Amino acid sequence: MQVALFVPCYVDQLAPDVAWATLRVLERAGCHVHYDPEQGCCGQPFLNRGARREASRLASRHLARFGAAQAIVSPSSSCVATVRHRFAELGLAGGDGALRQTERTYELGEFLVRVLGKTALGARFPYRVAVLQSCHGLRELGLGTPSESALPPEASPLEQLLRSVEDLVLVPAERPDECCGFGGAFSVTHPTLSARMGRARLRAFADAGAEYVTGTDVSCLLHLDGLRRREGFGPRPIHLAEILANGAGQ
Amino acid sequence: MTFDARAAANLPSRGELSQHDAAVWDLRRKRDAAAAEVPDWEALRERAAALKAYSLDHLDELLVAFEEGARDAGAHVHWAGDATAFCRIVTELLAARGARRVVKSKSMLTEECGLNPHLEARGVEVVDTDLGERIVQLAGEPPSHLIVPAIHKTRREIGALFHRHMGTPEGEDDPERLTRFARADLRRRFLAADAGITGANFAVAETGSLVIVTNEGNADLGSSLPPLHIACLGIEKVIPALADLPVFLRLLARSATGQPISAYTTLLTGPREGGELHVVLVDNGRSTLLANPTHRSALACIRCGACLNTCPVYRRSGGHAYGTVIPGPIGSVLGPALGGPLGAELPHASSLCGSCSAVCPVKIDLHGQLLAWRGERRAPGAGERALTTGAALALRWPALRGIARTALRGLWPLLGRRGRRNPAGPWLAARELPPLPAKSFRAQWLEKSRR
Repeated sequence: MQVALFVPCYVDQLAPDVAWATLRVLERAGCHVHYDPEQGCCGQPFLNRGARREASRLASRHLARFGAAQAIVSPSSSCVATVRHRFAELGLAGGDGALRQTERTYELGEFLVRVLGKTALGARFPYRVAVLQSCHGLRELGLGTPSESALPPEASPLEQLLRSVEDLVLVPAERPDECCGFGGAFSVTHPTLSARMGRARLRAFADAGAEYVTGTDVSCLLHLDGLRRREGFGPRPIHLAEILANGAGQ
Repeated sequence: MTFDARAAANLPSRGELSQHDAAVWDLRRKRDAAAAEVPDWEALRERAAALKAYSLDHLDELLVAFEEGARDAGAHVHWAGDATAFCRIVTELLAARGARRVVKSKSMLTEECGLNPHLEARGVEVVDTDLGERIVQLAGEPPSHLIVPAIHKTRREIGALFHRHMGTPEGEDDPERLTRFARADLRRRFLAADAGITGANFAVAETGSLVIVTNEGNADLGSSLPPLHIACLGIEKVIPALADLPVFLRLLARSATGQPISAYTTLLTGPREGGELHVVLVDNGRSTLLANPTHRSALACIRCGACLNTCPVYRRSGGHAYGTVIPGPIGSVLGPALGGPLGAELPHASSLCGSCSAVCPVKIDLHGQLLAWRGERRAPGAGERALTTGAALALRWPALRGIARTALRGLWPLLGRRGRRNPAGPWLAARELPPLPAKSFRAQWLEKSRR
C-alpha cells in the first residue's frame, strides 16, 4: 500500500527518531512510504487556542499537500483526531471520493491493526512497559474503550501491538486512562494544573513498576519526560513506533 | 488571578490536593460501577439526550402546559426574567405573609441569583438544610461541587465549624456524631420555619408536577412543614411527560454518586393540604443560550456532577478556582454564557481530554463546547497574538519556514535558562525542556535523499 507519512511539526523538530521509526515500521509492514518535506502543521495548536482563522488556513494547506495519498499515517493521535474531526468544524470536508481525505488519515497503531490487520511485526523489547492512553486517540479516534464507558471493553490497537512484542511485559497502572495534563497550550497557560496531572500519572506508572511508558502522542510523552527529569523518578517515555522498530529487521 | 493561580492557592499542599482528588475520584469510581450494572446504559444516555433535545426545542409549549397544569393543581406560577426579578418575587411572597424564618433545600439557581444574601439583607433568616450546604453556609463560602458542596472541607474543619456555631464538643470530628448534631439543630429550625424554599430537578409539563430528588429528605420537610412552599427552577427543567421521568431518574443518581436511586424522590402536584405552593420559573440568561445553536445543548444539563468527578482538572483545582456557581466542565461551558469573573478564560481551563463528554448522562459534547467557546470568546494578549500570526505565516510560507527553523534552533538553548523574561518560564516551572536533537527529521531526510 502507498502511504504518505504525516510528520507533525513538533515531531519533526523534537523527535526525529520517532518519525524514522514510524517510517521503518510502515516499510516493514509492507507499505511504500512517501514523505513530502514541504508538509507543515495541521493547525491543531491554533484551533485549540481558538485561533480559527489561522487554523483553517493551515488545515487547507495540509489537505492540499496530502491530497493524492491513498493513506496518510502519523505517529500522533491528537493531530489525526484534529484532521478527522475538527477539519469538518472548520468547514473543510477534505474532498469527495470513497473515503474522504480526513478519513484516510490514521494514527500509526490504528493503521497497522485496523487497516492492514497486522499486530505482529517481529519487534522485541525486554522491559516492563506502562501505557499512556492518549485522550484524543482514545475518545476521539475510538482507539480502545475509555474506562468511563459502559460499552464492552475493546483493546486499543496500541495494546494489541504491544502484546505481540517479544519479551515486553505490559504493566497495568491505576486509573488506566486519566489525562497526563499536557493539553497543548494548556501545559503552558495552566502550568500548575498540568504538572499536578502529569506527576499523578508518573507516580501511577512508577508504582506499577514500569521501566518505560509508551503512547501514541509524542507531545504527552515529552511533557512526562520533562517532569521525570525534574522530579527524578518515573519510567522513561518511548513512542510506540520506537518499540515496534526495536529489533525489527535485524 | 488566573485560573491556574487560583487552583494553586485553593489546594496549596500535596496533601490537600491528593485528599480532594481521591474523594472526588471515589464518586467517579462509584458511578462507573453503577453504570456497568445497567445493561442498556449507553442507550439510556441516548434516550435522555433525545428527550432533552425535544424539550428544549419545544420549551415554549411545554412551559405553558406546565404552568396550566400547576395552576389547575392549585399552585401559583411566577415568571422571573432575571436574578433581580427572581429575588424580588421571593421577597414579596415572604413579606406578604410576614415570613421571617426560611428553611431552604438545595438549589443551585438560588446560588446563581444570590437569593440568600438578598433575603438576609432584608432581615429574613435563611437556613440551608442540606448538610453539605449547611456546612458551607456556616463557613461563609460558596459550594465547591454540585452534589457534595463541602467536599473541599476536612472533617476536622467541619468539627471546628460545628463547635463554633452549634456548640458541639471541642475536637469532635466523628462524621456520624456531627451529623446527629446537625440533624437535631435543623429539625428544630424546620419546625419553627414560616416558609420553605426548594429547587426542583424536573418539572413535568403533562401534569404540572415538580420532581425533587434529595438524599436527606430535607426538601420534603421544607415543602411540607411550613405553610408556604416556594419552588424555584430554571426554565430548562421542564420535561414533557411523567413517562419520561424514569429515564432521567435511572441516570441521575447513578451518574452523581453511584446510587441506583436517591434516598428521596418526591413528586409534588399542587400544594399540601392547607398550604400554599408558589413556583418561580427563572430565565436569567437561559433564553439567550437557547437561541444559540452551538451552545443550547448545555441547557440539557441535569446537574449530576459526573463531569466534575471525572475531570482531572476539577479534581486538582477544587471548585472554588472556577469563580462560578457551577464549577467543572459544565461550569466552564455555562460560564461564558451566564457570566463570572474569569469569563473567557474558563474554556481554556481544560486539557480537552473528553472524559466529561463521555460520562455526561445527557450526552452534552462538553469538550467540543469548550473548544467552540475558545473560538468565539477569543481574548489573546499582544504576545500571543503576535506569536499566533507569526507562527501561522511561517508554517504556511516555505521561505519564512526556513527562517523560523533557524530561529528556533538558535533560541532553543536560551529557552532552557530560567529567568523572569523567558517565554518558556511556565513550562520550566515544573518540567525540564525537551532536548533539541541536532537535526530535524526533515533535514536528515533531505540529506539522506541527496546522497
